[in-house]
Order: sequence, then C-alpha cells, then structure tokens
Amino acid sequence: MINMYEVEETNKMIEKENLDVRTITLGISLLDCIDSDLAVVKEKIYQKITTIAKDLVQTGKDIEKEFGIPIVNKRISVTPIALIGGACCKTVEDFASIAETLDQVAKEVGVNFLGGYSALVSKGMTKADELLIRSIPLALSKTERVCSSVNLGSSKCGINMDAVKLMGEIFLETAERTKENDSLGCAKLVVFCNAPDDNPFMAGAFHGVTESDAIINVGVSGPGVVKTALEKVRGQSFEVLCETIKKTAFKVTRVGQLVAQEASQRLNIPFGIIDLSLAPTPAIGDSVADILCEIGLEMAGAPGTTAALALLNDQVKKGGVMASSYVGGLSGAFIPVSEDQGMIDAVLAGAMSLEKLEAMTCVCSVGLDMIAIPGDTKATTISGIIADEMAIGMINQKTTAVRIIPVIGKKVGDMVEFGGLLGYAPVMPVNQFSCDAFVNRTGRIPAPIHSFKN
Amino acid sequence: MKKSIITVVGKDTVGIIAKVCTYLADRGINILDISQTIVQDYFNMMMIVDMNNAKKPFGEISDELAALGEEIGVLIKCQREDIFDKMHRI
Repeated sequence: MINMYEVEETNKMIEKENLDVRTITLGISLLDCIDSDLAVVKEKIYQKITTIAKDLVQTGKDIEKEFGIPIVNKRISVTPIALIGGACCKTVEDFASIAETLDQVAKEVGVNFLGGYSALVSKGMTKADELLIRSIPLALSKTERVCSSVNLGSSKCGINMDAVKLMGEIFLETAERTKENDSLGCAKLVVFCNAPDDNPFMAGAFHGVTESDAIINVGVSGPGVVKTALEKVRGQSFEVLCETIKKTAFKVTRVGQLVAQEASQRLNIPFGIIDLSLAPTPAIGDSVADILCEIGLEMAGAPGTTAALALLNDQVKKGGVMASSYVGGLSGAFIPVSEDQGMIDAVLAGAMSLEKLEAMTCVCSVGLDMIAIPGDTKATTISGIIADEMAIGMINQKTTAVRIIPVIGKKVGDMVEFGGLLGYAPVMPVNQFSCDAFVNRTGRIPAPIHSFKN
Repeated sequence: MKKSIITVVGKDTVGIIAKVCTYLADRGINILDISQTIVQDYFNMMMIVDMNNAKKPFGEISDELAALGEEIGVLIKCQREDIFDKMHRI
C-alpha cells in the first residue's frame, strides 16, 4: 500500500517543483472535410472539430481535479491544411480564411492553441503547398490561436532549398505583419526537418496523414523535478547522476501515462503517444538550463554544455521509455530561450550564443527555439540559419526545428516580451556575413547516404 | 475499488481528525487506513479511503474538503490513489 512518504514526495513535486502535464493534445484528421467548395470545407471543419473536441477542456479539468495534477494546456492538432485546402483554395486569402475558421473553433471549444496550419514540403512543393506557405503571414496576423509549421527536409528526401529560401522571407513578413506585438506571429511559426506526425507540443503540432481519425497525445514535463532530484547528488559520479535522472523521468512519465489513459477512456478516443519532453516555462525553477547548472556548469553555454545536455536528454529517454509503451513526438529536452529563465540569464550574461545553441541542438530535442534576433536581419540570413539546422537533422536522422523571431524595430540587447508561457527574450546577435549566393541557388540538397557512418 | 488518498497538513490543533472523519462519515466514505505524525508542531495525516458509496461526486467532495481545511486552518487535498500508485509502483 502507498505510504505517507510516497504521497508526500508526489505532492511536493506538484506543489513545489512545478510537476505538471504540459499538454493534452487531441489530434483530429480533417481529410474527410476536403471539398472543392471553400464554404463547404470550412463548415465541415467547424462541425467536425466542435463535435469531437467538445468535451476536451472539461475532461482535462476533471482529471486535473481528481488526481491533483495540473494539466496546463488543452490543445488540438489537425491534418496539414495544405492538404485540406488544396482543392478549394485559389488565393492566399482563401487559405487564410480557413485559418480564421480554425481560430474561431479553437476559441469555441476553449483550447489555447490549434496546430496544423502546415505544409509538408521536404522534397517539393505543390501549388497548394506554396500558396499555404505564402498565406502564413496573413493567417498568423489575423488569428490568435492558430499555429503554423512547415516540414522542409528529411533524412530520406534531403532538404528542399527552394522552400528554405521562401521560409526566410515568410519569417520576415510574418514579423512585419505582427510588429505591433513584438513580431509575436513568429512565435507561432516553426519549420522542421523530420517532423514527427504525432507531436503534441506547439507550435509544431499537426495530425499526420498516417494517423487515425482522432487520437490523444500527451506531453509531460518536469524540469524542476529533475533539478531538485539532482540537488541531492551533487559531486557524485556520472553513474549516480544518470541513475537519478532516469528514476525521476520514470516517475514524471508515469503521471503522463495515467493522464493519457484517463483522457482517452473518458473521451472515447484512442491513446496515441506520450511525448517525454523536458519543457521549461518562464516560471522560476522550471528551467532546463538550471538542470545543466546543477549537473556542474556555472552557466548554460559554458564548455561542457553540449555533453551535459546529451547526457540529460538520453537519460530522460531511458527512464521514460520504461514508463510508457508508446513514446513518440519530440521526446527530449527542449532548449527554448524565451521560455526558460536560466537560458535568458545565460544569454544576458554573455554565456550563450546562437552558435552554441546550434551545437546543443545536435544532441537534444528540436532545435533553435524562441530566439529573438534583430528585425533588420536579411531573409537570406534567416534561410541560412534554417538550412544549417535542417542539415543537422537530416544527417543525424533526428527532428530539428527553427522557431526564430526577427523582431521588427529591435536591436541586439533589446528585450522582447511575448507574454505568458512564451516568456521574454533578449535580442541575440546574428553572424553578419552573407550567404546570399548559397541560398539563391535553386533546387534541393540531395538525401544523405545512409551507409559509411562516421 | 475506487480508492482515494486524503492528505491533511497544517498547524496542529484540537479536533482535526474528528472533523475530517465526521465529514467523511456523513458522506458515506469509508476510511481504510490512517497514518498520522506531528513534526515540529505540524500535523501531518494521510488517509486511504473508499469512495464507492460516497453520496456526492468526487469533484464536490474534493472542494468541500478543501473548504473544511480552510475552516480548521489546515490544507486538505483529496486525490485518486492511481497517481501515487503509478508513480511509485512498477
């Protein structure tokens, strides 16, 4: 039987160390909403989502109360809209009007984000894909809760450099269109290499075409719990360190598994995956950078950071896979800048650069995340940053992403406020040398060889 | 059986157990196990209860217990046992 000590440990994690279930994301396929008439498509989307997701938020709240664990976000992901709108959208305005429908639905069912305003163009772009990408700035400026993502490359297909070039321009245009709010639109836009079909985390969540009609995916989190556990093993060997992270990750993931099963049962929607991620928030003590410091670094960004992060990421997975049979999504440590107080401190102290962040993305989940850069950065430079990150993903057969915010009107060192879970960030310097000639070549980077591994 | 765990933490005073137990008895909730200690004047109690025959839904009981706690000056939480079981048992 459960004893007092165990109950106290769990409740301490929840009350003092910010243990929470970060998101229950309901994936909904919109493939059966396709029609050649735009009005019909929008009506079908509205009907389908409001029917399937009507109890999502209430169920989340019920589970929260019964188990005493906060479920921070309830969200929805849908089939990439480029596929859904392809037959009926002839202009960027047509596509953007679907985004407005999605925004309205999100507000109606009470979810804080809805992801899937997306296109998958790792090898080439259809006309619809290109139209959707070109509509992103308009869509994100007209909506509040819609998130957009574009998959630009994969280990199997290479990198679509035409799309990479286009996305550099799209990032800037989105920033320009939302400049009154510190270019907030870009915080809801992410590009991927090897995008997973079942990621529950925003802004990159979409419901892949390989998925069933509706599915529940859950993202757990708990950087604060890991950090507190590590405080007790200061100065001890790597073996003890790894063991502690694994045990903690196991406990955290089990909670996610429980919540996922309950939600799936109550909503009568099958359970998909648990995403084992350490996702920080701007709250004090909910930081991945603080864990790196606890492992032994003076500041995140110091020499040894990449190794410490690699170790952390791997142990989180090792502990987590034991706790759930279905692990998927991004699964690893996130290293966003604006959403992590420890990272913000590291940037302000001069310990962390864009280049070091890039190196860190080689060994952890996702990539360059929530990084503010000067608003006068050239589109080709942004494309160059994207291409570098996509290359890391392609060669290492992992998911990488870029969510970068060129903040219009801001310079290096200025502060940018995004608000809420998105946090705030200092504008970071970008390498000023040009990559115009590289980005302006056309076509794609071929798929890498999958042999002769070195 | 649907088991739940009630935790009561706060400054020790006369009649905490009596009040909590009276509340539970009135609502048809059966107590299966109680452990309690006092550490530096701080009252710490954990109860395992069976809510199968409870007269109200879980959410309401949880809210009422929290309100009762406020009245006595302690923190009362009521959670389904599963969360502890999942976390601490393989």
